[in-house]
Amino acid sequence: MDNYTCKGKKDTRSGFGEGLLELGKTNNNVVALCADLTGSLKMDAFKNEFPERFFQVGIAEANMMCISAGLTIGGKIPIAGTFANFATGRVYDQIRQSIAYSNKDVKICASHAGITLGEDGATHQILEDIGMMKMLPNMTVINTCDFNQTKAATIAIADYESPVYLRFGRPKVPNFTPENQKFEIGKALKLTEGNDVTIFSTGHLVWESLEAAKILNEVGITAEIINIHTIKPLDTEAVIHSVNKTGCVVTAEEHQINGGMGESIAGVLSQNTPKPIEMVGVNNKFGKSGKPDELMKEFGLDRNSIVIAAKKVIKRKEKLLVI
Amino acid sequence: MSEIKELKRTSTQIRRDILRMVYGAQSGHPGGALGCADFFTALYFKFLRANPSKFKMDGIGEDLFFLSNGHLSAVWYSTLARKGYFPVKELSTFRKIESRLQGHPSTEYNLPGVRVASGSLGQGLSVAIGASLSKKLNNDPHLVYCLMGDGELQEGQIWEAAMYAAANNVDNLIGIIDYNNQQIDGSCDDVVSLGDLRAKWEAFGWLVLEMDGNDFEDIINVIPKAIESTNKKKPVVIVMKTDMGYGVDFMMGKHEWHGKAPNEEQFEKAISCFEETLGDY
Repeated sequence: MDNYTCKGKKDTRSGFGEGLLELGKTNNNVVALCADLTGSLKMDAFKNEFPERFFQVGIAEANMMCISAGLTIGGKIPIAGTFANFATGRVYDQIRQSIAYSNKDVKICASHAGITLGEDGATHQILEDIGMMKMLPNMTVINTCDFNQTKAATIAIADYESPVYLRFGRPKVPNFTPENQKFEIGKALKLTEGNDVTIFSTGHLVWESLEAAKILNEVGITAEIINIHTIKPLDTEAVIHSVNKTGCVVTAEEHQINGGMGESIAGVLSQNTPKPIEMVGVNNKFGKSGKPDELMKEFGLDRNSIVIAAKKVIKRKEKLLVI
Repeated sequence: MSEIKELKRTSTQIRRDILRMVYGAQSGHPGGALGCADFFTALYFKFLRANPSKFKMDGIGEDLFFLSNGHLSAVWYSTLARKGYFPVKELSTFRKIESRLQGHPSTEYNLPGVRVASGSLGQGLSVAIGASLSKKLNNDPHLVYCLMGDGELQEGQIWEAAMYAAANNVDNLIGIIDYNNQQIDGSCDDVVSLGDLRAKWEAFGWLVLEMDGNDFEDIINVIPKAIESTNKKKPVVIVMKTDMGYGVDFMMGKHEWHGKAPNEEQFEKAISCFEETLGDY
C-alpha cells in the first residue's frame, strides 16, 4: 500500500492562517473578518500585513456574517473566521438568508470543530455543523485533514464562486499530504488502493484511517482510503466507483453520525449501489472536557474503532455473498 | 411646490399598486407599505443616485438601498417598477408562483433592485454596513441607505450593528427607522416598548435626525440634512414617524393591517382613497 508519512505535527488552523496570508498577497479583493478570536484562528499575520482589509467585529457573530454578505456587494471576497460552533449554530439564520439564499460569495472559515477542541467541553465542541451547512442550498462544505490541505483549501476557495463552509480544527495533528498541493474542490482523493473495503474519511479521521489501513493490512485486508475533503458537492462518481470494487464501506468523521458525511455517502449508495456500511462518528451524544486524544478514544473516533468497523462490515458483505 | 405635487402623484399610484398587489395575491403586508410609500417615492425619485436601466449587483458607483424589514416588499417592488427597474405589469405577479416578486425580497430570480434577501428581521443593517465598508475600500463616494422597522429593533443583531458602525466610523451609511409604533401583536409599547429611540441611538454613537415620513415637505428637508451629515465620522439614522396604513382611513394606525389582505368590500373602499395618477399595471 501507499505510504503516507507524518512530516511532523501541525494544527490545521495554522494552515488556514498561512493560506489567508498568501491570499492577502495575491488577491486584493480578499478581506478578512474575525469575532474576537484572531489569535486562535491564526489570522494575526493577515491582520498585521493588511490592516485596511481586516475587520475586527467583536463578539457579534451574527453581525459578522451579514457584514460579510454586504462586503461581497462591491466585489470583495470575505473570509469570516471564528470557532465552528459560533460560525454555524449561532448564526444559522444569518447564513441561511443573507449568505446561502442570497448566494453571496462569503467564505465561512471555522476552527475548533469537533471534540478535539478538548478541554473547553461540549458548549464549544460542535458536532452538528456539517449537517447544518450541507442542508443549505448553494453552500459548499469542506472539511480538511491536515495543515497542508487546509492551506491549499483556503487558497482554493477564494477563486470558487460560492458560499463556502471550510471546517478545520484546533490540535496539532500529523501533517502528511503534499506541500503546495493543488486543492480541487469537489474531487475526492484516493489515498490508498484496496479491494476489501472502502474507508471514506474526512478531517482529523483521515490520518486515523491511514493508520487503521496499516493494521488491517497486517491481517491481509486491503482498504481503499478515500479522503472526502469536500462533503458537498460530493464526488459521487468516485464514491460509487470505489464501492463497486470493494463492496462495503466504512465512513469516519469527527461529527454526529446524524447529518454527517457518512449519511451523504449512504444516501448516494442506497440510490445507486446499495452496500453494507458502518459509520464511525459520534452517536447522538454531546462531547465533554478532556484531552483530544482521550476524547477521540472515548467517543470511538480512533484507528481501532475504524479497524473494528472495517472487520464488521467485511463480515456483513461476506454473509450477503453466501446468501 | 410642483416637485412635491409630482412626488405625491407617484406615491398615490404606488399606494394603489400596493393595495392591488396585496388584494390580488390575497396576502402580504399593506400597513407598513402604505406608511412608507412617500419615503420610497422621495428616495428613489429624488435622492438615490442609481441607474434603474442598468442594475448591477456590485453597485459600484451608485447609491445603494437595503430593505431590512423585507415584509414591506410591496412598496419596494412598486417603487422599483415605477422607477423603471422592471416592467410595471410584472407587479401583477406579486407573491404568485413563477414570480420574481417573492413574498419577501429575494435575489434568487435576479429581480433588478434587490441585492440581498430579507424578511427574517434584524439582518439588513449589518449587510448595509458591509456594503458601506466595501464602498470605502473601493474609494466609492456613494452612500448606502437601509430601512428598518421599529418592531425590528427588538432584534439584538440591530444593536450589534449599531455598536459596530459607530465604533468604526461607518459614516457613508444612513439608517432609517419606520417608526409607526405598530407591530403584529399590537403597538410596540404593548409588545416590548422601544423606549426613547433618539436617546438609544445617540447613546450608541449615531447622529439622530427625526422626520415625518408622511409629509413630503419634511422628507425633502430632512434627507438632504442626513446626506450632508455623512462622511463626518458618525453613522446617521433618521427616526421616521409614519402611520401604518397611511391614506386609508380604516387602516390607519391599526396593527391589524400589518400583514393582512383586504376582502373585496374593504379593497373597494381602500382603493377609492387613491386616484389612478400614472395608470394601473
